[in-house]
Amino acid sequence: MTDTGIRATVPSVPPAPSFPQDRTCPYRPPESYGELAADGPVTRVALYNGRVVWLVTGHAEARALLTDPRVSTSRQNPDFPMVAPRAESQHTVVLPLLGVDDPEHARQRRMLIPRFGLKRVNAMRPQIQAVVDRLLDDMLAAGPGAELVSAYSLPVPSTVICALLGVPYADHAFFEDRSRRLFTAPTAAESTAALDELRDYLRELIARKETGPGEGLLDELIAERLTEGEVDREELVMMAVLLLVAGHETTSNMISLGTYTLLEHPEELAALRADPTLMPGAVEELLRFLSIADGLVRVAVEDFDLGGRTVRAGDGIMISTSVVNRDAAAYDRPEDLDVHRSARHHVAFGYGVHQCLGQNLARAELEIALSTLFRRIPTLRPAVAPDEVAVKPGDTLQGLFALPVTW
Amino acid sequence: MSSIRVTIDSDNCIGSGQCALTASSVFTQDDDGFGMVRPGREDGAGDPLVREAVRACPVQAIAIEED
Repeated sequence: MTDTGIRATVPSVPPAPSFPQDRTCPYRPPESYGELAADGPVTRVALYNGRVVWLVTGHAEARALLTDPRVSTSRQNPDFPMVAPRAESQHTVVLPLLGVDDPEHARQRRMLIPRFGLKRVNAMRPQIQAVVDRLLDDMLAAGPGAELVSAYSLPVPSTVICALLGVPYADHAFFEDRSRRLFTAPTAAESTAALDELRDYLRELIARKETGPGEGLLDELIAERLTEGEVDREELVMMAVLLLVAGHETTSNMISLGTYTLLEHPEELAALRADPTLMPGAVEELLRFLSIADGLVRVAVEDFDLGGRTVRAGDGIMISTSVVNRDAAAYDRPEDLDVHRSARHHVAFGYGVHQCLGQNLARAELEIALSTLFRRIPTLRPAVAPDEVAVKPGDTLQGLFALPVTW
Repeated sequence: MSSIRVTIDSDNCIGSGQCALTASSVFTQDDDGFGMVRPGREDGAGDPLVREAVRACPVQAIAIEED
């Protein structure tokens, strides 16, 4: 392996099972992940390129690791593990926020925290409700029958993040397409090309805003941070890329997959319909149950023990959130979707300093999008059989490519 | 019964809102999105969820001092 520059310091005998794998059922981890968990809270897996890394499946171990300063999230560390060929180019790109460690991470995050706080997010709820209602008006007028991802689950978060950032929604076809390529392109070159196009787009937008300010987070950051020298232009451009991409891809997957999951669990859906106050808890449970960001990545920068294993500096570490969130030590009947349970303490948004910046915006969007969808279209049902539902591959954000529905 | 004093280390807070979502009688967020103990509730107001909030905080920014 030395000629490829790939480090394989983790013992690899017997052969480690491959990770990630594709889900068969869109709302459950692959069956083979259960076998991995049976091997203990920290086990070994092989990535696409044969490199063996640690896989964390235990809830306590995942939370310990995600708050441990002896791991890094920097892609500039040559030992940072990549889960797919498309991600390899990240070694040469500094990703703000999610790809930098403290104290740099804290400096960047603290610029953004005010805009994503509970008060600011709650103030956006009427606006989110209006977006959702308008999209459902259109869907109902054109129906019965729709493709839910393109008609609803993608435009809801796209519209909301555009308004929040001050990005023109008229450009949504462009940035949605490039975001999709960023996450699903087969090669590093194609993924990098999509990233470059998003950077060019946001660089131009920010330049326009510098001379003609509008209303939005980017305008605030230009006025309060860029002109004060607290952030440089390219750093701001990359932060804008990440906020735009993260602001719609993740939530979109949760809306369509959450809808499908509830339709497949009619008793849970009936309970929700009977008592709408269950919705915030149901959203937490769906976040736990679906764990769409199923493969958090870190690299060890010092030696330490975790879950009975010795991790060495330079070792790669993956965390399967879907398995962690089904740890029987943390949840009763973890394989069951239960909208009545308290799913607090799940790691679907991560844990530690990098826990999702937009989590409360996501919660608000999910609560409003799901409750309004089922209230306004009470007879909603899938228009395809379960084996025809197109599930995204295991090496990207989990979700559905499309969800044909009718009513 | 011993009394407690609840504090938040605002230098560590990342504004996740977990404290305010878990034990809203004791915690809220200030206008900048950082967690804070509600004025007058520094004693935890007898809310058993305060300890849940300590556990929920992703960066362990909440401390409970026992007197």
